[in-house]
Amino acid sequence: MLKGRHLIEPGDFQIEEIESIMELADNIITNPKGYSLVCKGKLLASLFYEPSTRTRFSFEAAMLRLGGEIIGFDDPNNSSVSKGESLGDTIRTIECYSDIAVIRHPREGTARLVSKFAKEMPIINAGDGGHEHPTQTLTDLLTIRKYKGGCDNHVVGVCGDLLFGRTIHSLVKTLNRYHGITFIFISPKELKMPENILSQLNPECYQETTNLDEVIGDLDILYMSRVQRERFVSEEEYLRLKDYYILDKKKMRKAKTDMIVMHPLPRVNEIATEVDDDPRAVYFKQAKCGMYVRMALIAKLLGVEEDND
Amino acid sequence: MINVSKLKKGIIIDHIEAGHGFEIYKELHLNDIDDVVVLLKNIPSKKMKKKDLIKIETDIQIDMNVLGLIDPNVTINFVKDGEMYKKITLNLPKVVEGIMKCKNPRCITQHEDVKEIKFFLVNEEKKQYRCEYCDAYTTFMEKE
Repeated sequence: MLKGRHLIEPGDFQIEEIESIMELADNIITNPKGYSLVCKGKLLASLFYEPSTRTRFSFEAAMLRLGGEIIGFDDPNNSSVSKGESLGDTIRTIECYSDIAVIRHPREGTARLVSKFAKEMPIINAGDGGHEHPTQTLTDLLTIRKYKGGCDNHVVGVCGDLLFGRTIHSLVKTLNRYHGITFIFISPKELKMPENILSQLNPECYQETTNLDEVIGDLDILYMSRVQRERFVSEEEYLRLKDYYILDKKKMRKAKTDMIVMHPLPRVNEIATEVDDDPRAVYFKQAKCGMYVRMALIAKLLGVEEDND
Repeated sequence: MINVSKLKKGIIIDHIEAGHGFEIYKELHLNDIDDVVVLLKNIPSKKMKKKDLIKIETDIQIDMNVLGLIDPNVTINFVKDGEMYKKITLNLPKVVEGIMKCKNPRCITQHEDVKEIKFFLVNEEKKQYRCEYCDAYTTFMEKE
């Protein structure tokens, strides 16, 4: 039962609960009209303490497509925060008006903190600094389910910045809870998967390499990621590593015919635009999955998942 | 060798790793006690080579979590009528609340007034704890 629960990190939900969200997302994709009014009369508070276009639009589009409405801000300077109000007071006040809240904040652990102040209103973490971004993980899982038939028994290549990528850490920890997953971590040695993530995996279920060419033929899923400029102190170091891996047509020729390429977006130049037309490139479809999975999540947390057909 | 008279009643914190005695004295706020408190440093020990020891001549409630965090290998002896009637050995607490602060500068607890933060033990050897909010690892008494 997910009604009234918070989603702060993927580990808050059992795999069966995650799967139930996926099933609902599948139903919404098949029959969007049937769910177009399930949130009628419900209000989502969209609390964005730092800029975001993709995630915010995706949540807001999700709520509107369920027939609900939105209040909120995308610039904390336009809220009581600028008057020095504490997060606890902000949430207690917003709970007086809203049925569910989505929060993005640059500080790590913020969503967990505000969830302690919300008595009945579910809180969804839309990203707390470099910490967690659970709805991106749900997006990734729905994409895998849709384009690979399910989340079990895959060889998953994860490529790029594995050190700082929060979406990657969440995805790896969650996929590790499914059956038959083997990871191949592909990164320059400076951006390797951190020890605290590796220590949670069975050593027989992963390998590490710096060479994408050598392993691309073994993969069922290739998850590419961007080297994030903001994570580097040295500009020189960033410039040296940002083009370390560029996925292009030549590399794609070595990949399986049914491999899929995923990316949380935005992309810089780690995937050449020539790959976009390849049917195996699903990263823009992945963004669409993000909206559907957020629709399913909102409906589940509000307990309004029955279609209105 | 300095001799300190036998305790009639109170608590003896023994087998403190040499150098940790003063930390324990500070963290347990023993300075606030009006009764006799003795801190002995660098006592020769067969087992430990050198150890610290604290004698407190009163019955007080000791925060075992604080003690366990600073030095999980100490022994606590409770004394009544000049006789030891209870002995406790400690372990690192699995969960601590309200004692530690998160060292992650990006953690929300560094920026909002958050009381009673919970930390969960992740590595006994390194005395590492995980912050309930940001999941970053913090070591108790780690130098800034």
